[in-house]
Amino acid sequence: MAAPILVADKITKRFGDFTAVDSLSMSIQPGEILGLLGVNGAGKTTAMNMLLGLLIPTEGSIQVFGKDLTKHRVEILKQTNFCSAYTNLPSNLRVWQNLHVFAKLYGVKNWRQRMDELLELMEIPHLKDRVTGHLSAGESTRLHLCKSLLNNPRLLMMDEPTASLDPDMADKVRKAIRHVQREHGISVLYTSHNMRDVEEVCDRVVFLHKGKILTEGTPDDIKRHFAEESLENVFIRVARSGDMVPMGAAVEDAEEAEAKAHAVAETGAEAEATTRAPGRKEGDASSS
Amino acid sequence: MINFGVIHALVLRYLYLFTRTPIRLIELLFWPIVQLLVWGYLTTYLQRNTDAEFSGFITFLIGAVIFWDVLFRSQQAVAIYFLEDVWTRNVLNVFVAPIRTVEYLGATFTVGIMRTALTVTILSLISYGLYHFNILSLHWALFPFVFNLLLFGWSLGMISTALIVRWGPAAETLAWATPFLIQPFACVFYPLSELPAWMQWISASLPATHVFEGMRAILKTGELPVTNLVWAFGLNAAYMAGAGWLFGHVLKVARIKGLLTKFASQ
Ligand SMILES: Nc1ncnc2c1ncn2[C@@H]1O[C@H](COP(=O)(O)OP(=O)(O)O)[C@@H](O)[C@H]1O
Ligand SMILES: [Mg+2]
Repeated sequence: MAAPILVADKITKRFGDFTAVDSLSMSIQPGEILGLLGVNGAGKTTAMNMLLGLLIPTEGSIQVFGKDLTKHRVEILKQTNFCSAYTNLPSNLRVWQNLHVFAKLYGVKNWRQRMDELLELMEIPHLKDRVTGHLSAGESTRLHLCKSLLNNPRLLMMDEPTASLDPDMADKVRKAIRHVQREHGISVLYTSHNMRDVEEVCDRVVFLHKGKILTEGTPDDIKRHFAEESLENVFIRVARSGDMVPMGAAVEDAEEAEAKAHAVAETGAEAEATTRAPGRKEGDASSS
Repeated sequence: MINFGVIHALVLRYLYLFTRTPIRLIELLFWPIVQLLVWGYLTTYLQRNTDAEFSGFITFLIGAVIFWDVLFRSQQAVAIYFLEDVWTRNVLNVFVAPIRTVEYLGATFTVGIMRTALTVTILSLISYGLYHFNILSLHWALFPFVFNLLLFGWSLGMISTALIVRWGPAAETLAWATPFLIQPFACVFYPLSELPAWMQWISASLPATHVFEGMRAILKTGELPVTNLVWAFGLNAAYMAGAGWLFGHVLKVARIKGLLTKFASQ
């Protein structure tokens, strides 16, 4: 296997006495889309912010492209990019002006050509002269995606990029991400609490709960591990019960977990939570 | 190592912002013009009612208004540059871009020079039109002093921005208030000797005081007051070192306490 793009070694983030991320170790392989999954407050954004150098870990170390993040931050950021539903590009500027500025910040040559390619890819070439603040949520997300691909990043961090999109737009965005990943072989770290996102986009998933890794593997591995039919059911079960299946009891133990899950499902409150779950869908998981 | 492409990008962004929002142009000119009108007419009134010996000194009141604005604009450039990102929720996009702190500060300094050049030009034209005050007829020796005002404004800007990062948008008013907090001590419109002893101590620690004292000395004697200039440069070096350190330190604290990411979610 080629050297990993990113390695986080036991990173912990404490805010005062509160531990937001607890001794998290993970790695991203070249060309891999890794999903960081978890309920609100699980520590996904905090973990990503540490990997971007926006937060300094209380403990642990991070290597990106084989280099230490604290020592080579600017060098690493040149080949990285970021796209989040929780930021905006300056609303007064026109779309092309924002892309021009970010292209220059990342030292992109031939920025006009690059901009046109990306606008075309995201199907928004007609928005080039529009004022950024006037874009709809879907248009704005696609502009963000253009911005985050300007420098042809080796590593792309996306914090809930589909959070404010309708299902149709979310689908388009997922396809675009898949497309870019296939074409350019970039590595992506993708946080979400939308299970559709994760099942469709991610090659592998790290399931965070209260700052710790609950389990990790392909979406199928995880479903088997929890003996659930969909990731959504897994998610709801974890959200409601804080069901801490010990990490490391991974895929091999799937059968055991399945047996346990059935046992749990037959007893009172847990069972109700699990069976009522599919009807509730995203309603209580999608507020942020 | 400094990447000038990055500074260029950050300055370009300001230019786009500026040309996209005409209201900012008004903000940049409105206050200085109002001030100039008030002080300008006060000056002409005083001039007509005092003896000739004092009148050169009074003329400088108009100059003082213009030069004070150099300091103010330069301070604002830094603080407003950061606040623009806060207001438009762009902070994280900027801080995950490959920008070094020196490049960021370099861009704000450049923006400060541009803002200053624009206001000073316009104020000079107006004061020439209304009061026959020709800034170009002033002594060349004023220029190094003006440069010191730019530097001091830059330091104050770094300090106010550091406070905003540390204490959040609640400290936003500091962006506007900082220069006025020091104005009484900076001896802009009156000589240092007018102040009581305890104030003089504070005043002497501000580069701006030595600048305005020096400017008055030039108008009186026509010679370059070297001592004042040395004090201004020396104090400015100390302020810039201190403010630069504070800015870097607060950014580090922000990365520990998660202050930057808080700006994103507000
Ligand atoms: N800057 C901060 N200061 C204090 N607590 C924080 C800060 N940032 C995040 N937290 C806390 O850390 C926990 C994890 O937050 P976050 O990483 O945003 O979760 P997620 O992205 O998974 O929803 C939350 O309880 C949140 O309140
Ligand atoms: Mg989050």
